[in-house]
Amino acid sequence: MIFNPEYEAMDPVVREKLQFARLKNLVEKVYQDVPFYKKKMDDAGVSPKDITSLADISKLPFTTKDDLRETFPYGLLACPQAEIEEIHMSSGTTGVPVVDAYTRKDVEVWEEAMARTLAGAGATRNDTVQNCYGYGLFTGGLGVHYGAKRLGANIIPMSSGNTQKQLMVMQAFGSTILTCTPSYALYMAEEAAESGIDIKAMKLRAGCFGAEPWSENMRKEIEANYGIDAYDIYGLTEITGPGVAFECEVKDGLHINEDFFYPEIIDPNTGKVLPYGEKGELVFTTLVKEGTPLIRYRTRDVTFLRRENCSCGRTTIKMNRLFGRTDDMLIIRGVNVFPSQIEHALIEIEGTDPHYLIIVDRGPSHLDEVELQVEVKKELFGDETKSLESLRTKIENVMKSKLGIALRVKLVEPKTIERSIGKAKRVIDRRTL
Amino acid sequence: MQIKQISIFLENTSGRLAEVTKVLANAKVNIRAISIADTADFGILRLIVDKVDEAMAALTKAGLTARTTDVLAVEITDEPGSLARVMELFQATKVNIEYLYASLEGSPGKAVVIFKVEDIQHGLHIVQEHGLSVLEKF
Repeated sequence: MIFNPEYEAMDPVVREKLQFARLKNLVEKVYQDVPFYKKKMDDAGVSPKDITSLADISKLPFTTKDDLRETFPYGLLACPQAEIEEIHMSSGTTGVPVVDAYTRKDVEVWEEAMARTLAGAGATRNDTVQNCYGYGLFTGGLGVHYGAKRLGANIIPMSSGNTQKQLMVMQAFGSTILTCTPSYALYMAEEAAESGIDIKAMKLRAGCFGAEPWSENMRKEIEANYGIDAYDIYGLTEITGPGVAFECEVKDGLHINEDFFYPEIIDPNTGKVLPYGEKGELVFTTLVKEGTPLIRYRTRDVTFLRRENCSCGRTTIKMNRLFGRTDDMLIIRGVNVFPSQIEHALIEIEGTDPHYLIIVDRGPSHLDEVELQVEVKKELFGDETKSLESLRTKIENVMKSKLGIALRVKLVEPKTIERSIGKAKRVIDRRTL
Repeated sequence: MQIKQISIFLENTSGRLAEVTKVLANAKVNIRAISIADTADFGILRLIVDKVDEAMAALTKAGLTARTTDVLAVEITDEPGSLARVMELFQATKVNIEYLYASLEGSPGKAVVIFKVEDIQHGLHIVQEHGLSVLEKF
């Protein structure tokens, strides 16, 4: 079912006109109201009157994650502070977080984008949505929540964790749509099997899975374990949250809500816009955002765009499944982690060397498991196991509080972590995606 | 006098112990006592050797993390109750033991036990005061 055929199945020519009108309006507004954008555009020698077509967007300077950090908290605000209705922040990262501020209208856009997303998975007002994305600053929980409400469905705001309770609720209320990270879906299926619960016998019929990269194999496994259709959804805090793009019943590429979020693919090195079908960095412009609009925001996600006729009837452009990142960011159980954060945390622990190796894998539980190997310096090395054990516990605790994820620390012998002359290899990602 | 024990950090990976013993063999170092403390991820190999300096040099050169620790090597009679008597003494005189293990050293009818105690000076004082035989060299 298409939630909003007027926009989702719009004649692409008409949509382009709409996008251009929105872009022009946005550029004029931020140039006038946000000193950050005015300076950026002035520095780039471009003014709002240079934007005479949609393609002129390529004249505008990019916005990066660093820009967002430097302008924390309200440097990108394009509306009076009193208009802000809700704040979200990027998950897990330390240091300065990335803020997304929503006006009433921004929340309405988000609701609509998420209602379209859930409808893409076949959800209607007759469905019961069990939402196991975390509620809070993370956009996953409330994003799905708003979308389900807009759809008129019954929403069960479970938030993440507490698997036994999730299963109990799923059974008791006959949840029909499941929303969570794909790895948690697999984990929950195993818990169910271990508890002797026949998850296939439940009423669940579809799931929207996102917040972390996953593979076709994982989709097959989830679909087989639950007996449901599993759909990929995409979004990021900076660009509103979930609801940016979603799969329809065809399950071949994600439809971008391009009337709200204008996508481009660029060469990450040159910044040049690449044609459809060519792989590069995904860039978004929030066409209708009032709170914290973003012009040409570099997501660092790598994919390509596909302009094609989809049998579902939507005419919106599709993005392919993600291929990876242009930076070294890891997504661990939905939390963004940069290896540099681990390095900084290690430096603060007395006596440790920043010689480390991060090994990410999906263990038997299907959840991301991280092993952090840290070399033991001579000074750290005591004759007793307890001093080393306490060092290990200390590192684990520091990482947990700084990164927001639990990882397993393994102490290794000095100089056993491979040194490289150029850029050090800090991460081994064994997850098959 | 206390003697030097060598402690070596070892990851729990196959062949690690073989490597260490080979390094010592090549340096013509004789192992007189050996013990391993192990956890899930790593172990600490503790050794009493005949040539400490040579052993340390060889181990360091081989890139191993090794250090020396002062321990007590107490010679006791090789008969039932000997160790119990030492323990009783240590308990009474508050010599706290962190770990201990046995050695190959010792003259006929004798056994040598290596003690790592919390306060080595106090431990040494107690064993000497009570006339226990302490090895100074291996």
